[in-house]
Amino acid sequence: MTQPYRLSTGGRIDRSRTLTFSFDGKHYTGHPGDTLASALLANGVHLVGRSFKYHRPRGILTAGGEEPNALVGVGRDDAHFTPNLRATQVELYDGLTSESQNRSPSLMRDYGAVNDVFWRFFPAGFYYKTFMWPRKAWTKFFEPRIREMAGLGRSPKTADAARYAQRFAHCDVLVVGAGPAGLAAALAAAKTGARVILCDEQSEPGGSLLAEPEAMIDGLAAAEWLKAALVQLAAYPQVKILPRTIAFGYFPHNMIGLAQSLTDHDGEWDDSKPRGRLWQVRAKQVVIAAGAIERPLVFPDNDRPGIMLAEAARIYLERYGVLPGRRALVFTANDVAYRTALALHRAGCAIAGIVDLRPDAGGPLVTAAQKAGLPVFPASTIAGTDGRLRVTGATIKPIAGGSGQHVSCDVLLMSGGFTPSVHLFSQSRGKLVFDSTLDAFLPGAPAEACSVAGSAAGLQSLKEVLDSGAAAGGGAASYQVANAPLAQGGFIGAVPYHGDPGSVRAFLDYQNDVTAKDVVLALREGMRSVEHVKRFTTNGMATDQGKLSNMNALGIMAPVLNKPVPAIGTTTFRMPYTPVPFGYFGGYARGELFEPERRTAIHSWAAAQGAVFEDVSLWKRARYFPRGTEDMRQAVARECRAVRNGVGIFDASTLGKIEVVGPDAAEFLNRMYINAWTKLQPGKLRYGILLREDGFVIDDGVIGRISDTRFHVTTTTGGAARVLTMMEDYLQTEFPELDVWLTSTTEQYAVIAVQGPMAREVVQPLVEGADISAEAMPHMSMVECRIAGVPARLFRVSFTGELGFEINVPADYGRAVWEDLMESGRPYGITPYGTETMHVLRAEKGYIIVGQETDGTVTPDDVGYAGMIGKAKPDFVGKRALARAAFAAQTNRKQLVGLLTDDPAHVLEEGAHIVADPAQPKPMTMLGHVTSSYWSDALGRSIALALLRDGRARTGEQLYVPLENGNARVTVVSSVFYDPEGVRLNG
Amino acid sequence: MKLLPPRSPIKGSQEMLLIPCPYCGNRPEIEFAYGGEAHVVRAAAPRTVDDTAWTEFLYFRKNPRGDHAERWRHAYGCGRFFNVKRNTYTDQIEASYRIGETLP
Amino acid sequence: MDNLVQTKPMPRLFPLSGKAIDRRCTPVNGGARFSLRLPAASISTASAALGVELAVPVNRASAANGRTALRLGPDEWLLLLSEAEAVPVAAVLEARLTDGRYSLADISHRQTGVVLEGTAVTDILNGGCPLDFDLAAFPVGMATRTIFCKAEAVLWRQSEGRFHLEVWRSFAPYVWNLLAIVSREYAV
Repeated sequence: MTQPYRLSTGGRIDRSRTLTFSFDGKHYTGHPGDTLASALLANGVHLVGRSFKYHRPRGILTAGGEEPNALVGVGRDDAHFTPNLRATQVELYDGLTSESQNRSPSLMRDYGAVNDVFWRFFPAGFYYKTFMWPRKAWTKFFEPRIREMAGLGRSPKTADAARYAQRFAHCDVLVVGAGPAGLAAALAAAKTGARVILCDEQSEPGGSLLAEPEAMIDGLAAAEWLKAALVQLAAYPQVKILPRTIAFGYFPHNMIGLAQSLTDHDGEWDDSKPRGRLWQVRAKQVVIAAGAIERPLVFPDNDRPGIMLAEAARIYLERYGVLPGRRALVFTANDVAYRTALALHRAGCAIAGIVDLRPDAGGPLVTAAQKAGLPVFPASTIAGTDGRLRVTGATIKPIAGGSGQHVSCDVLLMSGGFTPSVHLFSQSRGKLVFDSTLDAFLPGAPAEACSVAGSAAGLQSLKEVLDSGAAAGGGAASYQVANAPLAQGGFIGAVPYHGDPGSVRAFLDYQNDVTAKDVVLALREGMRSVEHVKRFTTNGMATDQGKLSNMNALGIMAPVLNKPVPAIGTTTFRMPYTPVPFGYFGGYARGELFEPERRTAIHSWAAAQGAVFEDVSLWKRARYFPRGTEDMRQAVARECRAVRNGVGIFDASTLGKIEVVGPDAAEFLNRMYINAWTKLQPGKLRYGILLREDGFVIDDGVIGRISDTRFHVTTTTGGAARVLTMMEDYLQTEFPELDVWLTSTTEQYAVIAVQGPMAREVVQPLVEGADISAEAMPHMSMVECRIAGVPARLFRVSFTGELGFEINVPADYGRAVWEDLMESGRPYGITPYGTETMHVLRAEKGYIIVGQETDGTVTPDDVGYAGMIGKAKPDFVGKRALARAAFAAQTNRKQLVGLLTDDPAHVLEEGAHIVADPAQPKPMTMLGHVTSSYWSDALGRSIALALLRDGRARTGEQLYVPLENGNARVTVVSSVFYDPEGVRLNG
Repeated sequence: MKLLPPRSPIKGSQEMLLIPCPYCGNRPEIEFAYGGEAHVVRAAAPRTVDDTAWTEFLYFRKNPRGDHAERWRHAYGCGRFFNVKRNTYTDQIEASYRIGETLP
Repeated sequence: MDNLVQTKPMPRLFPLSGKAIDRRCTPVNGGARFSLRLPAASISTASAALGVELAVPVNRASAANGRTALRLGPDEWLLLLSEAEAVPVAAVLEARLTDGRYSLADISHRQTGVVLEGTAVTDILNGGCPLDFDLAAFPVGMATRTIFCKAEAVLWRQSEGRFHLEVWRSFAPYVWNLLAIVSREYAV
């Protein structure tokens, strides 16, 4: 027989369609509208998991997001698999495949259950006190074993195949929770014309109304009222209803994070559609109508499969048409459990008894139960339960003492009352206030523009709930409600059970296997703060964050500490409210869209030539252009030779460029750069060094003066944005009196460097409107002209030490001009070269790269550039810092030098340290480090640049670079290895 | 005050605050770059400032728990630097005002 | 005149060419773009010179005579012109703003644009842009610099369902690909 516990009528499921699903390899059936939990219960399956630490058999405890036990893995294959899902929230679809967790080999026979036999040896704090030594055993033995034994689901090994979406949204009123309070709030807000977003974690809006057969609202049955309310809301174009959407986090200034599940329920596994969407909603007003969570009672062996919350059992009955069992025992401190008993009784479930902790329970539900002939045990408790894989019975005892009475049952339904869901309110930093009549923390003064409505605010009657929602939504509706139950009564702490406390375990935190005794032990060990108790016992630290256990823990602590609950306080509520898959946070940012990949206008040409690219900040830059079977070293050597002996062509488009314009442009640059700019004539270039205010080099670049009032500033590739921001900072906040404006032109121009003795021959034929002869256009000059028919800024500049030009053309024309230059250069063997060759060539000349020769602690003098400082300038950024006595007192600063290895073939490791005596004891005295190191084709040997203590005075000294495979002896030399007179530059 | 490394132009979307730009109105934090403590004045003639004062200017900041006058730049907006009075504990912003104006 | 692009025979290349996402997204071809920076004292003279009112509120567009100025900040305008107007506009500003207290920088090739049009356009934009596109918050005629995922962007609302989006050229493939992915969620 399939679904033996499914009723033939009732509930919101579609019995006309049957769905097949599997759990741990076994096949079952259910219906659309089911959750995995309700379908399992319809098939009589309560045992769904093993507990975290003791591997105790566990059953479905709740019907919602607070579920601590029924954690399952769901998926089609490893690329479509999510562990740790709550079966109570997994919507059923045809073909759903699910598995239990933390058991081996199976749920029925789990070897880990040996932990349960020896439970006395695993109290709270056990981990902290054991496994202390030997030290290595922790990583090699204990930790892997513990991880294997304790834990949640398995992580998939394959990358997640699903896509995830993101969405920013704004609204006037965000309503969290679409139960009666949330609906009333949304209706009231919508009527005022407000933009409303109403979200709810369940598959359909309605909340408690989805399992409400009796109550009447404004003359309509609750289900009818719900239907009408949704029709009404749908008519407002400015109202958005988001089902399957968890409000997981409340962030400053009314930003709420929502995780909307889009496809998990359809079973189609269509990877072209996003699986979920992360919403970042900015709301003018937030209404938290998150409801309340029923509390378990803490009594001995309260965790056997078949023991569940009373209201959850009623939801399975009313919403899913499922009988949780055939013979129910109810244990309660709250009236609504009587309602569960009555409903089950009507549906044909025997009621073994209603055990009420209260001596004087009264009210209509209690009376109705008595009238129906259900056995009620007032002022009584449950002293223990039995059954291994399913509860089979329990012992009822009067609280006053006396002999117990054993009754048999196949489900035990408990209710300790309701805990308002104040999680989001607390995340918003709103103050919580303890209400001693409700034994609950309630929302107090808000810190953000938000209000709390319904049972989340501790309201107990449906009318109050609806009216509070309407008020929160800005309305004044007064709802007429009849036949609604009142959820009065509750209990926090561990119930009395009259037994040997040493021999029983009453579970408090199901997911982390924390018992009432663990909390008492923590207090005995000296923990006093609730935060300390939480960490010692791990109570409330599982993925459910103590939704079921926090209040009971406080109820246990209060009498031991002899303090009222509010004096103990509560732990901090943190996001996410329920776990959110990581993919939601990644959103669109994955694969090639993880971040922008910037390409120059010439990229496509280089790619077609087979260039190998490297990442430089967000740019892709051609590193070298291998020919045939060349490796990098061979290709770079050939490219270097071409530049030194003929001509090379290089894409320098990624250099940062800033147009500095205005009457005060030169004065502004005077104040920013160390160099003097006033006397630089239009048409001339100068190499500029930029410091931070602390005197250290932060950027460099060639700056051209286009006219009296216009400069073309270049920066390093990685420094472009940083330098512009820094300049804007000074301009706006320190020098607002200057008439000068900055515009980034990095992407306006493609920049083509043509370098080598033949460079002029290549460029010349393409130039219109300028004389670029050596006489008319010396090194460090510039001209505006046309090149290959395109307006250009032509710089005569060199970062190679050879005669060279840098051609700036509007980016759209970059590739065309490049190709014309290649054509023009063909007779001279023009050779494209990449960043690696550029690095070698500049290192041969001792030109620094900011960020390689400098590291944020290097002054201009350290790299030998003190001579560039404009001596007459009263001020520039960093000048005052360099004048500090602290600098003057330093006589052994690290300075830029060259290094030559004894073995000319040895190319040193960049970053390697330099010492005077390699035989000295460790730790050695470091004199400096290698900043750049290459094979130099021009010199036929290796070269290196280094920052070395008092380096310039050490020229000629022999030092050592200790490396893994021995010590390399090096000689300190000048940092300029090639053409030290600079003859070639001026060719 | 210029020592703070400016934030990378590439950011995730994790910023939460709603910041009132004096030129553009309320905008999400993701459009802004933080600029450190406000009203740290660079002397007009740094030469005349002694080492102690200059070191103070370079390296010492208040870092209060509570009200803080701080600089922001509407980097992905009007591009302007401006000042904000923000409570560093509650994150509530009490005022925003232009460079050159005094803390209200 | 400085760095201005003059009329030339060569075709412009666009990172966008042939890469329209769907009917709702079309590239803005050609056109000259300038970043114009002015102190408050120069605004009225510059307005008269351009024939476009520049003294509009920050984050508003102003258009006249086929010329458009998007006021992106208190002292910053993005000028959108036909290519033929690039040289005359630069010349007239130079002639009229005789004290030289302004900055005009050619950024025609720095950025590229698309026009997004359709009923779901604000949903698509909100896939990466954090702004509120309610007409009360972002009315027709509003233009502002903002962010789309990890790229800087300028957005100009031309009508309720029509936006002009400008990004720097090397960010364009990233933004267009994202727009393509987001727009699939809101298929027409």
